[in-house]
Amino acid sequence: MLVKTKKRIYPKEEVCIGCHLCEIYCVLAHSGTRDLIKAFKKKDRPSPRVIVEEKEGVHVTFALQCRHCDDPLCIKACITGAMHRDEKTGAILCDEEKCVGCWSCILVCPYGAIRRGENKKVASKCDLCIEKGDPICVQNCPNSALELVEV
Amino acid sequence: MKYVIIGNSIAAAGCIEGIRKIDNENEIIVISQEPYHIYSRPLISYWLSGKINEEKIYYRPWDYYEKYRVKPILGRKVERVDFDKKKLYLDNNDEIYYDKLLIATGGKPFIPNILGLAKKNVFTFIKFDDVKAIDKAICPGAKAVVVGGGLSGLKAAEALIKRGCEVTVIELAERILGSILDDEGAKLVQNELEKYGIKFVLKNSVIEILGEERVEKIKLQTQEEIPADLVIFSIGVVPNVDIFKDTPLKINRGIIVNTKMETNIPDVYAAGDVVEAFDLILEEKRVIPILPNAYIQGEVAGINMAGGDFEYEGSFPINSIGFFDIHMMTGGIVNPKEDCEVLKRLERDRKIYRKICLKDGRILGFIFINSFDRTGMIVDLMKNKVDVSGFKERLLLDNFGFLDLPKEVRREKIWRV
Repeated sequence: MLVKTKKRIYPKEEVCIGCHLCEIYCVLAHSGTRDLIKAFKKKDRPSPRVIVEEKEGVHVTFALQCRHCDDPLCIKACITGAMHRDEKTGAILCDEEKCVGCWSCILVCPYGAIRRGENKKVASKCDLCIEKGDPICVQNCPNSALELVEV
Repeated sequence: MKYVIIGNSIAAAGCIEGIRKIDNENEIIVISQEPYHIYSRPLISYWLSGKINEEKIYYRPWDYYEKYRVKPILGRKVERVDFDKKKLYLDNNDEIYYDKLLIATGGKPFIPNILGLAKKNVFTFIKFDDVKAIDKAICPGAKAVVVGGGLSGLKAAEALIKRGCEVTVIELAERILGSILDDEGAKLVQNELEKYGIKFVLKNSVIEILGEERVEKIKLQTQEEIPADLVIFSIGVVPNVDIFKDTPLKINRGIIVNTKMETNIPDVYAAGDVVEAFDLILEEKRVIPILPNAYIQGEVAGINMAGGDFEYEGSFPINSIGFFDIHMMTGGIVNPKEDCEVLKRLERDRKIYRKICLKDGRILGFIFINSFDRTGMIVDLMKNKVDVSGFKERLLLDNFGFLDLPKEVRREKIWRV
């Protein structure tokens, strides 16, 4: 019963242009529609599950997703059991029906990679697009600043 | 090999999952006095408030025991343990032998010895049965007195307000949430809670519960009387070690364990709210009754029980808690007694407060109210004792992130996993 992470997305800060397209495609991919306009007009529009690191006066940017840790603190700190590892893919997923938005996962994630859902008060995190093939953010990064690595 | 776990909560789950990382074969027996499938105690206030239904209080799926090959013995109390014979004696006279034992009996509510405790509608606030009983006793307009303005007391108060009760919180200290907030933070939170109708009586305590059969009033230290239909005691929890009192098991405030979660008795481990564990910030052993700790300790114990080799690295108190639309995260030492550097940012209008306590460049503790995204990065800096002198002012900002860390640090961090 020892499942580990099989894939991880790595950012390349040298080539990231800070365009935020990864966030936009992430929202689209998790919106339940293929239409960008419909996706963004939805009242329950999902939050992006990727974070673009930016800082005023600094030119470096890069996008960061859940690291799908081998020893994930978010699962250990989750008070509901919503945070779990997918047995097939090894990805760490949040069962949004179970999550109560206590943010214990945000308290312990050393990467700050879990966001508060803006429209739905649940933990919002990268699921590696496990149901959709390769992660959408990786596929749509215009400058190949995101790389999917088998680990 | 036969594993036995006394307790059926978070540390037990950690232990079961720890054992199964190594040993998929041997039997695991879980014994609990409570009759329920493994559930999450922090969720009882959510259940009482009506935010979640019964289905969601359970911490693991229904097929959990089956899948992990656990034999649960629920609704049975362990009355005695004979560590020489490696046997447990249950309240139905059953005897259970163990090869490896985990004590995960958790905490029990501390109740002051005052007059009138035996009256009807006096409750504690720890277990599922507590809130089930409270649920039956309340109706809109009911007058509730919550004794204790700490984390669980205020969660109880919030749930009762949501159920239409009138709630008064009695707190002995001069501020609420004394263990996780400072004066400034406590004032901010109290103001918000008052807006939702919670009344506070600070620097006072209940000395007697008055009424015929059931609660009618409570009497305060100051002799003042407050009408009440129910009283909830949530002053705090103490390690639940009663059945081990006359045994050779070494207990201070909690059960004493080493870094492998072994007690002083061979083949006996302990984890969760019942143990004293190493506090990385205070650098001493103490009871740190928080959920992640219980899981992690249980897991360490489980791995070691199954023959693995894993050490508990220690921790410190961290909390994420919200009431109505105010949310806060706190950790480590927030009211330092010794000399240390304190950084603060208070925005009263936005109800935002961030405080960081530093010593020799290391973070000792923090309070973040209504601004807590990426707090885990700060907890990680504390755990790893990272010198933050170079970017300490950034720790006060809402958008603290990886670009605030030196390039080598963030590269090492992101690429090492």
